[in-house]
Amino acid sequence: METFFTTNSWVILLMPFLVFLVNGLFLGKRSWRAAAYFAVACMSVAFFFAIKIAIGFFSHVHEHSYIKGWEIEWLRFASADILGFDLVANVGMLLDPISIMMLVVVTAISVLVNIYSIGYMKEDPSAGRFFSLLSLFSFSMLGLVSSTNIFQMFVFWELVGASSYLLIGFWYHKPSAVSASKKAFIVTRFADAFFLAGIIAVSYFTQTFDFIELNKLATVETLNRYAFLGFGTVNVLTVGTLLIFAGGWGKSAMFPLHIWLPDAMEGPTPVSSIIHSATMVVAGIYLTARLFPLFSHSPLTMDVVAYVGAFTALFAAVIAVTQNDIKRILAFSTLSQLGYMLFSLGVSKMVVEEGGAINSLGYSASMFHVFTHAAFKCMLFLIAGQVIHVVHSNNIWDMGGLRKKMPFTYVSCLIACLAIGGIWPFAGFWSKDEIILASLQGGHTVIFAIGLFVGGLTAFYMFRLFFVTFHGESRKELHHVHEDPFMTFPIVVLAIPSAVGGYFAKDLFHHAFVPNMPLHIHELSHPHWLPWVATSMGLSGIILAYFFFGRNKFTQASSIAKAMGPLHTVIENKFYFDEFYLFMTHKVAFRFVAAPIKWFDRKIVDGVMNLTGFLLHAGGAIVRFLQTGQVQMYLSVMILGLLYFCYRVF
Amino acid sequence: MSTLLTITWLIPTITALLILFIPKDNHMGVKWLCLFSTALNLALVIYLTIAFQASVAEIGTGADGSQIKLHWTQVVQWIPMMNIEYRIGVDGLSILMMLLTSLIIFCGVLASWGVKEQAKEFFILLMVLVAGVFGVFISFDLFTFFVFYEVAVLPMYMLIGIWGTGNKEYAAMKLTLMLVAGSSLILGGMMGLYYASGLDTFNMLELAKPGLYSASFQQWAFPVLFIGFGVLGALFPFHTWSPDGHASAPTAVSMLHAGVLMKLGGYGCLRVAMYILPEGCMYWKDLFLVLVTFNVVYGAWGAIKQTDLKYITAYSSVSHCGFVLFGLMALTFIGVQGAMLQMISHGLMTGLFFALIGMIYGRTHTRIVNDMGGLLKNMPFLGVSFIIAGLAGLGLPGLSGFVAEATIFVGSFANTGMLNRVCTFLAILSIIITAIYVLRAANAMLNGPLDEKYAHLTDATFVERIPVILLLIALFGMGIAPGWIIKLMEGAVAPMVNNILRSVV
Repeated sequence: METFFTTNSWVILLMPFLVFLVNGLFLGKRSWRAAAYFAVACMSVAFFFAIKIAIGFFSHVHEHSYIKGWEIEWLRFASADILGFDLVANVGMLLDPISIMMLVVVTAISVLVNIYSIGYMKEDPSAGRFFSLLSLFSFSMLGLVSSTNIFQMFVFWELVGASSYLLIGFWYHKPSAVSASKKAFIVTRFADAFFLAGIIAVSYFTQTFDFIELNKLATVETLNRYAFLGFGTVNVLTVGTLLIFAGGWGKSAMFPLHIWLPDAMEGPTPVSSIIHSATMVVAGIYLTARLFPLFSHSPLTMDVVAYVGAFTALFAAVIAVTQNDIKRILAFSTLSQLGYMLFSLGVSKMVVEEGGAINSLGYSASMFHVFTHAAFKCMLFLIAGQVIHVVHSNNIWDMGGLRKKMPFTYVSCLIACLAIGGIWPFAGFWSKDEIILASLQGGHTVIFAIGLFVGGLTAFYMFRLFFVTFHGESRKELHHVHEDPFMTFPIVVLAIPSAVGGYFAKDLFHHAFVPNMPLHIHELSHPHWLPWVATSMGLSGIILAYFFFGRNKFTQASSIAKAMGPLHTVIENKFYFDEFYLFMTHKVAFRFVAAPIKWFDRKIVDGVMNLTGFLLHAGGAIVRFLQTGQVQMYLSVMILGLLYFCYRVF
Repeated sequence: MSTLLTITWLIPTITALLILFIPKDNHMGVKWLCLFSTALNLALVIYLTIAFQASVAEIGTGADGSQIKLHWTQVVQWIPMMNIEYRIGVDGLSILMMLLTSLIIFCGVLASWGVKEQAKEFFILLMVLVAGVFGVFISFDLFTFFVFYEVAVLPMYMLIGIWGTGNKEYAAMKLTLMLVAGSSLILGGMMGLYYASGLDTFNMLELAKPGLYSASFQQWAFPVLFIGFGVLGALFPFHTWSPDGHASAPTAVSMLHAGVLMKLGGYGCLRVAMYILPEGCMYWKDLFLVLVTFNVVYGAWGAIKQTDLKYITAYSSVSHCGFVLFGLMALTFIGVQGAMLQMISHGLMTGLFFALIGMIYGRTHTRIVNDMGGLLKNMPFLGVSFIIAGLAGLGLPGLSGFVAEATIFVGSFANTGMLNRVCTFLAILSIIITAIYVLRAANAMLNGPLDEKYAHLTDATFVERIPVILLLIALFGMGIAPGWIIKLMEGAVAPMVNNILRSVV
């Protein structure tokens, strides 16, 4: 329904941008506190608009599947009067279930993270800059999720990348932060190049960037008709969607482009919190969901999406078990959860024999998980930040016994861990259960098994973190332990959706979150044993974690680690992927490509030019003489000519 | 109006003459005079741009026809013997290039506020150079075009040789010789056109009429002209003057040279070589496509291992100017449009880069990035501006580079040739390499702990801030609202591209 709030949805974008400008240019230098309050106030206005749009839309959800809030022309590549067709990149806001959900999530989390940062950044001399850049980040993500077309999405996609670069490297005097920010930007940029190639290839054949147009059946038929670069059976649909998906691959840090995300924690913790929950990493999932109707017509693309997601879910969870840095554990858990969201999309495929019916459970489950994960992952990072603030260390083995000293944090962390562990009735249970069900219904037995197993593993490593951090004896002398109210408030607020959000939202997601395509929803069997199995996987993970880590004796755990020997070392070192990439860039690309090119250019190409010059030079001093003589002659002739010229013109 | 066009290059010329009468030690007088005259020029060109839009509304853009529609033409007989004329006019492309030139030179004068040694001669040469550039953009008689072109190119020799740094005599000689070699190719090609057409005219629009030249003439004349202009546009393998030349040149000269003068190369390639000799262009398109793709990719790779800021920027210019030529060789309307956008974008961006490098070098007295570090702490203004310029260089949306590069990619993919498609993918992948060298340089220079010996350095002065802010506004303006530039350009590019593509069907 078109309302005041949908037609003025630009306010949602304007608010964070205004904060970015005002704080960046004026407020930030003068008073960081004023900057912070301004940011919170403006983001609250944006949140209010998002909520109003959501209420208006979801209460009339059956009237239409989308609303275009507003749209203006931005970049015109071709106009009909010159080339016979139009190719225009617009800027606007597309409001449909998934974008509205993301608008609410991003604005809500931005408000909370801004509030949290008032406590977290209060001793930082450049807090003003922080409150400017954080809003740029929110702005980019809000623009990304509300894009009406894929070109606009790419624009904001890049802005998300750039603002993450600026925020991860916020403490620019710290070499580790600087290299982490560079890594994040370059790895995602690597994927973005393919994304751009995909956009250009697809838009050439369809002559449109618009999501609504791209998702139409006609587009699929057009793209199916053309072979890609003339390679026989490979059509543009498959290659184009795979190239576009590559962008999401990098931004959502899927294996093997996952290496930037664990390092991204070098930024201030509120930044990690917002990157891992609402902005940046879910962009890849969102892109896949946004183009779901197009993707779903390419079986190969859907399989790639499913298996990349499932593998990452498993891979990252295994690494998370061995990590000791609290933020690193959370980072790998994000990777694993993103894997869930992604394979959930991949498994909801076309059932061809049913007359083009589609099982959209995976789609809605994926979006549901984006929603619940945003709440509990944001919360977990905020908790981590608070704990780090007190302990002054990232290592969970330096913590311990914080239960009594930080009661609010302790209870909140328990709720968040139960939520991510998928224990009934917490938020994660509902979404994860649907994802696993969708993979079963899609006939992906392997992925189904991975989903169940990783569920147990998740509960295990999260409760490992929980027990080691909060239970047992204090392992470090702590002074001035207190819970800053600015930092505690957002955590407590987020505990509500983490606890009960799943239960209350599940029907909405089930009914309203369907892909925008002609559907014959095919009711598939829903085995009643599944929730029980999923929950018992989670519970056994918790029990195991308690057995190993809950009793303040870690002998069993370390003996198992010892027994695994080299395998444990390999996992703990994240399968040496960082080292591999370092080797590939510095040792291979720089040494064997860039350095030889530098040498070739200076010695060979330039050498030939110099040799030519030398031969001419040696040929006679006449050349040189004429050269210098000519320049002076030029000047004198020019002045004469000029006078004559003026005489003729005027 | 056509008188006003002439005045655009007369202002710097007269300024150069007036400077002769200023006493040698009166630096400030010279600088203020130059600032005044460039400001006047900027105002004049802005006025012309606005008037041009009105003129377009009145007589149309020429987007539909195959003939360039010139505005405010004026013809004065110059050398009757060969029917050489002073034939001027503007279309949407030249007016935009003039706008770019006047902005860059205004900023360039402000950026050379610190020049003390022989300031008088320095500014005289700078003004002569600018006069030549303006002349090129308004000339539509090939001979006059060439004369102005030479006027623009030659002062560079002395500007680098006298006011440069490092191995300046070598760099100046190398740059001049290579560019003069290019000029001699242009001169040869030009004479070829004059005699082969048999029209007894140097009028570019007449020379571009179809059916004038035999196929064999087109085939040898096109590479001669394209390479002739390509030398200035840093066409591989004739780009090697650029790293040495830029590294040695003083700030304003680097700005003007990379910002405007290199654009004459791309401008000439389109306006003369491709427009007049479309069949030759079609004959050689694969070779040049491969060369310019090499430009794009090779320039970016070459920049990675460089450690001198000016060398990094010079190699990035090779890559970015490669994009100009790459867009041209796409041989589609969108691609050529993108190439022209890239000329403007690169002009603004490199202008800013060299201005900032000059200011930073003036403080640290080194250009080796690894010797710096942490400068963002005490130079936030310069540091942030450098980062923004870098982000524009790597094609971040919201800044000018992205608009141009995206248009080039879209245009290049629109050419259905297999080779074109492959080259497009290679060029797209080069944006990763660009990100690597930009971030390496920015991080090494600005981030990390601040070195003790740089702790006392201060941020930009008021005079230094003006050009930086102006160029930043232009970068953002073009990146956020590219619409009016595209609108102006469309009408100028369409007839030229029509002429090129007509030879195919």
